[in-house]
Amino acid sequence: MRYLPLSDTDRQQMLETIGATSIDDLFIDVPEAARLASKIDDLPDHASELAVERHLVRLAGRNLVAGQVPFFLGCGAYRHHIPASVDHLIQRGEFLTSYTPYQPEIAQGTLQALFEFQTQVARLYGCDVANASMYDGSTACWEAIAMARRITRRGKAILSAGLHPHYVSVAQTMARFTGDVLEVAAPDLSGEPDTERLLGAIDGDTSAVVVQYPDILGRLGDLGGLAARAHEAGALLVAVVTEPVALGLLRSPGEMGADIVVGEGQGIGVGLNFGGPYVGLFACKEKFVRQMPGRLAGETVDAEGKRGFVLTLSTREQHIRREKATSNICTNSGLCALAFSIHMTLLGEKGLRALAEANHARAAAAARRLAGLPGVELVNRAFFNEFTLKLPMEARPVVRAMADAGVLGGVSLGRLYPDAPALANGLVVAVTETVTDEDVTALEQALIEALK
Amino acid sequence: MTMNREGRPTRPEAAEDAGAETWTGNRALMLEEPLLFEIGDTRTTGVDIEAVGEGDDAHLAGLRRTRPIGLAGLSEPETVRHYTRLSRQNYAIDLGLFPLGSCTMKHNPRLCEKAARLPGFADVHPLQPIDTVQGALQLIAELGEWLIRLTGMHSVAMSPKAGAHGELCGLLAIRSALEARGDKREVILVPESAHGTNPATAAFAGYRVESIPANAAGRVDLTALKARLGPDVAGVMITNPNTCGLFEPDMIEISRAVHEAGGLVYCDGANFNAIVGRVRPGDLGIDAMHINLHKTFSTPHGGGGPGAGPVVFSEALTPFAPLPFVDKIQADGGDRYILVEEECVGEHHGRSFGRMTAFHGQMGMFSRALAYILSHGADGLRQVAEDAVLNANYILRRLEDLLDAPFAASGPCMHEALFSDKGFAEGMTTLDLAKGLIDEGYHPMTMYFPLVVHGAMLVEPTETESKAALDQFIGALRHVAERARAGDTSLKAAPFHAPRRRLDETLAARKPVLVYREQDTAEAAE
Repeated sequence: MRYLPLSDTDRQQMLETIGATSIDDLFIDVPEAARLASKIDDLPDHASELAVERHLVRLAGRNLVAGQVPFFLGCGAYRHHIPASVDHLIQRGEFLTSYTPYQPEIAQGTLQALFEFQTQVARLYGCDVANASMYDGSTACWEAIAMARRITRRGKAILSAGLHPHYVSVAQTMARFTGDVLEVAAPDLSGEPDTERLLGAIDGDTSAVVVQYPDILGRLGDLGGLAARAHEAGALLVAVVTEPVALGLLRSPGEMGADIVVGEGQGIGVGLNFGGPYVGLFACKEKFVRQMPGRLAGETVDAEGKRGFVLTLSTREQHIRREKATSNICTNSGLCALAFSIHMTLLGEKGLRALAEANHARAAAAARRLAGLPGVELVNRAFFNEFTLKLPMEARPVVRAMADAGVLGGVSLGRLYPDAPALANGLVVAVTETVTDEDVTALEQALIEALK
Repeated sequence: MTMNREGRPTRPEAAEDAGAETWTGNRALMLEEPLLFEIGDTRTTGVDIEAVGEGDDAHLAGLRRTRPIGLAGLSEPETVRHYTRLSRQNYAIDLGLFPLGSCTMKHNPRLCEKAARLPGFADVHPLQPIDTVQGALQLIAELGEWLIRLTGMHSVAMSPKAGAHGELCGLLAIRSALEARGDKREVILVPESAHGTNPATAAFAGYRVESIPANAAGRVDLTALKARLGPDVAGVMITNPNTCGLFEPDMIEISRAVHEAGGLVYCDGANFNAIVGRVRPGDLGIDAMHINLHKTFSTPHGGGGPGAGPVVFSEALTPFAPLPFVDKIQADGGDRYILVEEECVGEHHGRSFGRMTAFHGQMGMFSRALAYILSHGADGLRQVAEDAVLNANYILRRLEDLLDAPFAASGPCMHEALFSDKGFAEGMTTLDLAKGLIDEGYHPMTMYFPLVVHGAMLVEPTETESKAALDQFIGALRHVAERARAGDTSLKAAPFHAPRRRLDETLAARKPVLVYREQDTAEAAE
C-alpha cells in the first residue's frame, strides 16, 4: 500500500523489539466484545491512484461547473478570478503540511504570514486589530454576538433583516443554548436596508445591533447613524461583510464607527468549493482585544533581539482557560487565510480598488439591462456587485428553468426564505469581474424564456 | 587557515569563521524576509484588471471610499519570492517526522489535493440548483456512509467545520435530546486529562463542567465516575483512546453506567486513527463522536486549519442532528440526492437542533478525505491503525530506559507514547528537551499535555513513518534526553540553528503588537 512504508519484515522486527508476538497483543485493552477480528465486511479494499481518480472524476462530472456557464450566484459566496500563483504558493509543503505554530522558532513562515493577514484584515475593515481567522463568516458572526454580550453584559442582540439567513440560523441555534435573546425580522423587497427599524429597536438592554453591509439583497446603507445610536445606548455595532471585494470601493464599517467587524473572506483567494472551506474574518477596536475569540499572532523578539512572531494572548483560549475560554475554537482557517493574504498581496491597494471598480461597473451595466426586461424591476436603490430583481412570478422555478438552459442566473429568495411568500419573486444577481457582456446577454435571453 | 587541496578548510577553528555576521543577515539558504508592508507599497500590483470603462456613483448611496486603505502590493515575482522565503521558515510533514501527540501529523497524499481541485468540486457554488450538484451531494453521501460504517454508528452530520465545532454539534444534540424528554440536566463530566476544547465546548453549550479523576493507570476512574452520576448529569465527554495514549478498557461499562443514570456519552474522536478498522465506537455504547478528517483521514493541517469535524450519532441522537444534510431518494428510476434544509424541517426532520454554519460544510475536505479512504479501503485502514500503534509502541519501548514513561508498566500504548520529565537534572525541563530536538531537525512532540503528567511529552509518530525514520528519531531523542538527564545547560539556550532563537512570549502578551504600524504613524500615536 503506497502510503504505508513498513514492510512485513519491519513489522516483525519491531514486534520483537516490543516483546509482542502479534499485533493483536497491542490491542489487548480493547474489550473483547468490541474487537473486530478482521477488516470490516462489505467495504471495498484499497485502490490504485488511477482507480480512485477515475471515481472522483466521474462524481465531479455530475456537477455543473460555475466557470463553464454564464454564472451570477452570490449571497455569501462569490466567484472571482484567483491568480494562478495563489494556489501554487499555498501548495508548498511547508505551508500545506505544517501545523498550528506551537513551536514559533520553526514556524516563522506561518506566523509572519498570519501577522500580515491580520494587518490586511484590520485595514480593510477599518479596525485596529484582527485575529488569525475563524471557520467562516457565519460562525464569526455568532462569535461577535457572543463577544458583544461579554463586553456589555447584556443579552439581547438586534439582527438586521438584511443579515444572511444562514448567519441568522447559526446565531439562533447557538442562542437557544446560551440564552441570548435575538430580535430578528425577514427582509422586504424595498430599495433600502432596514436602518430605520434598527434605529427604533435599540434600547438599554441591547448588547449589539448586527448589520450586513452590503446586505443579503445587495443593498447599501450608511452605518454612521446606527453606530452613534448604538453607542448612545451603551450597545455595540457589529458589521458583517460577506463580500470583501466591496470594501475596495466602499467606506469601511470601522470608519463608520462599527465596534466589531466580521465577515466571510472567501471572495479573495478562496474558490467556491461548494460552500467550504472558507475563512472567517474578525476585527475589532483595540480596547476589546482581550474579549476577542480565536488565535492571534503577535510581534516579539528572540533571545538575540531579532524580530519574530508568536501566538499570543492565549490566556483567552481554551487550552489555558478551559471552560472559561472566550470560545471553544481551537484552530483557525490557516491555509484559507494564507490564500486570502497572498491574493490581497498580489492585488495591493491599487489592484483591489481596480477590481472593485470593475465589479461595480459590470454590475451597474447588467442591472440597467436586466431592469429593462418587461415585468422585471430592480429593487435596490444602491448596490456594489449584487442586486435584487423583482420578477413577475416566483423566482425558484425561473432559476431552475434557466439552469436547464445552461445559465446559472442567480439565487432565488425562495430558496433562502422558504417561509416568506412576500419574497418569492425576488432573484438576487451577483455580477463580478468574471462576467462578460455575452454572459449578461445569455442571462437576458434565459430570463425572457423562463418568464414566458 | 589550513586548507586542503580543494581549498576547503581542514581545521575545526576555521569553521568558527562561518558564524561571522553577514551583511544581509542571511545565512546562505536561511534567508531573512521583511514584512510585506516594508517591501510593498500601495501603488504596486501583481494583477492586471481589465478596465470596464468609467463607472459612476449613481448606485453607491454616497458611500464611496474616501480614505486610503493602506494595503501594500507586490508584483507577481516579488509575491512568489516573499511567500516562498516565508515557507522555508516552517517545519512541515513534508520535511520530516512531526511527532505532535494527539494531532496525527501523517503524510498528506497529493492525490487528495488533485481531487479537491477538480472543477466539478472546487468551482461549484453552494446555492446552485440541486440538479446541478448531484455529484457533490453524492460525494458527501458516500463519505458519510464510510464514516457510519467505520464507526458502527447510525447517522452522520457532515457540516461541522472542525473538531471543536464537531464537539459542539454533539453536545447540542445531547442537550436537545434531553430537553425533548423534558430533562433539564446541567452537568457534563469531563476527565481531567481532557483536551481543553472539551470543557470549553461544554461551557459554550451552556453546561457546567465537572472533572472526573484519572486512576494510577492513566484511565478514567470508573468508581469515581459512577459515584458522581445522577439526575443532574447530562453526560460525559470522553476521549478514547485517551490523551495519555491509552485505550479506556472500561468504556463499555462507562457507557452502560451513564445510560443507566439517564445521561448520554460523547466521545472525542481525535484519536480515532489508533483504532480505525479495529474497533467501532458504536460497539462501545457511544452516542456521538466527532471525527477529525484532518487527523485520521489526512486532509492537510495547513498551518492550523481548515479542518473538518463530521459527527456520527447513535440512533437516540439521530433525530436531533443539525441541518443541512444530504438524503438519497428514488426518483425517475434512479438515485437522486437532496439537501434537507430549513424548509424541510416540518416534513421529515422536525427535531433538528438547527444550523451550525452557512452552507453545507467543508466540501474541499470531503473530497480529500474520500480520496484517502478509497485509496486505503477497508484493509488499508485497518493497517493504518495497526502500523500507527506499532510505531508508537516501538518508540515507547526503545526510550523507556531513558525517559520516564508513567504508564508503560500497565501495558502497550495506542498510537502515541507518553513520557514525563522525571529523571531530568535539576532545572532541566520538557521545554529544553523540545528546543534541543529542534536543533536535531525535528518538530518537537506535544509538550505539557495531558496536564495529568508532570512535564508531559506526547509522541505520536503515525503510520506513515518508515522504520529507518523512527530509528533516526529515536537516536536523536535519546541523545537530547541524555543531555537533559546530565544537566547539559547549553540545552537551556536551544535552539541554536533554527530561523529564530527562543522567542519572548511574555513580551508579546504584555505589550501586544497584533498588526503592523508604519514607523511614523506609530510614533505619532505615542
